[in-house]
Amino acid sequence: MSAVPNVPPGPPPGPPSGRPPGTPSWSGAPSHSPGASSKSWTVKLRERGVAALPPDKLLPDGQPTYVASWIYVFGVASIASLIVIVGSGCILALKGPAWWHETGVGHFFNSIHLWSVELFFFAMVVHLWGKYWMAAWRGGRARVWITGAITFLVAIPCALTGYVSQQNFDAQWISTQAKDAMNSVGVGAFFNLTNFGQMYSYHILLLPIAVVALVSLHVLLVRRHGVVPPFELQDKLADAPGEKGRA
Amino acid sequence: MSIWRTEPESRTPPWRGPYAPYDLIKELCIAVGAIVLLAVLLTVLLSSPDDPPSTIAQWSRQLPADFAATAAKELNGTSDTAEYGPPYNHSSGSVQHFFILHPQRWLGVSHPIDTAEDYVVKPLETIPNDPALSAALAEYKAASSTQKKEWTEAYAKPLEEYATAVEEKKVPPSTVVVNTSTGTVTVNTSGAGPVPTMMASLQSLAQSGGLEGGLVSSRQFFQTDYTKPLLFIADGGLLEERAEGQHLLGDQWGLMNETGSYPGQPWLWLYALWYQVEPIKSSPNADIQVLLIMSLLSLLFIFIPFLPIVNRIPRWIPVYKLIWREHYRSQGG
Repeated sequence: MSAVPNVPPGPPPGPPSGRPPGTPSWSGAPSHSPGASSKSWTVKLRERGVAALPPDKLLPDGQPTYVASWIYVFGVASIASLIVIVGSGCILALKGPAWWHETGVGHFFNSIHLWSVELFFFAMVVHLWGKYWMAAWRGGRARVWITGAITFLVAIPCALTGYVSQQNFDAQWISTQAKDAMNSVGVGAFFNLTNFGQMYSYHILLLPIAVVALVSLHVLLVRRHGVVPPFELQDKLADAPGEKGRA
Repeated sequence: MSIWRTEPESRTPPWRGPYAPYDLIKELCIAVGAIVLLAVLLTVLLSSPDDPPSTIAQWSRQLPADFAATAAKELNGTSDTAEYGPPYNHSSGSVQHFFILHPQRWLGVSHPIDTAEDYVVKPLETIPNDPALSAALAEYKAASSTQKKEWTEAYAKPLEEYATAVEEKKVPPSTVVVNTSTGTVTVNTSGAGPVPTMMASLQSLAQSGGLEGGLVSSRQFFQTDYTKPLLFIADGGLLEERAEGQHLLGDQWGLMNETGSYPGQPWLWLYALWYQVEPIKSSPNADIQVLLIMSLLSLLFIFIPFLPIVNRIPRWIPVYKLIWREHYRSQGG
């Protein structure tokens, strides 16, 4: 018996198209379907997205002139470190958890992973202190601070699960010591530091997703609200005609 | 100006001042390149630590008396793990509380460990063709719990005296003979019934490496949960001995350190700090106290924009003038 389905003869199937041959598939117009209504979830999401973050705001080619200080380097350095962490982590994940103990190349990438984590936290802490002294939550930017603070807090268990997934003496010691803190508040019942399989899953999947999602949200909020101005400029902006009473 | 004024306004007024050219993507690419270079430089100069794990086989060979004493406590139900409480068993030795709250008990025994069965009896039952051991095990299992306790205590007591003498650098009692070259322990005691035979077999099994795999808690062929062997080895003295040499004990700010002279997890400094401060330092509920303090501080940290006084401090202490010094220089002020 043949396994080939009964296909009628004719030209190969393709996407239905009413366009004449050679017409570009996308015209650049905001809406393409005459039937698209304002009730479409897709249209609503697109309109809200573009309104909140028009392309020139999302990827700007200019910054207010007050954005001139070394402190601004540490925000981008945090993101750059995270990119290196994820990159080196992906290489380690590709080869599996035993590889870095067994080969020089593996140990090299483990070292890159470790040092990029140290750089990530260093850059993040300096960034955080900088933002505190700038009171960077001013002007409706509280959510920017909040997402940044939560990112820092979520990055801590992300690193801890890495330490206890190392399968070496550090992992033995840290997991057996830190378990008491987890157990004391009941967390140990579902977050068992001595269970390598569970900790590895948290370390390479669940917590990195959380960190990357939070950083993405944080960056989108920064792009949306712009970089916080110095105090007197912000106060002038808030007191400007048309702004007073809205704040 | 009131210090109670909340700082974050509800909306962001658009910036109408001057702009300078800026290339966001180029800046990110340069930053990634710089971090890669820095990480490679640190890797080449400093590498990363990877001290091999301790095994139960090593422990039973290097510290045979400590292994035997720990195994006797597991059998007797007096080890740290046996007396721990949830999530491992129904004891209460390590159950912490905060006033009337005992969150450690809320989710019950999720990773059950019966130390006598899991660490001693079951592993011994896997040893084939040993009539003396089989007879000893049969005698032990048939005995009453009072009898079991008497036997185990008779075996454990000289080992405890030996451990105390070693710790206090005194002459150890003659009831315990440790042969360091063969890694064997002989406990000269009467009234221990079948326990010395069982312990000698357990020591041999451990030294052959056979105890490691037998303790991995899984009914599957593939195993990933090391709770049982980790807690067993942590009940003994080997991990602590290594940790002390590597400045990893709790009173050495251990949780934030790692082996060697590596930075470890310095971001845990505030967490580790509380363990050095009285009355938390000597409290049996130190862990829950520290975690609750840190949870509260974390919440305050997240909501700094809405915290009176704290959100005004940056206005009062003008660090911002240093941060935006180019801006103020260009403004002539």
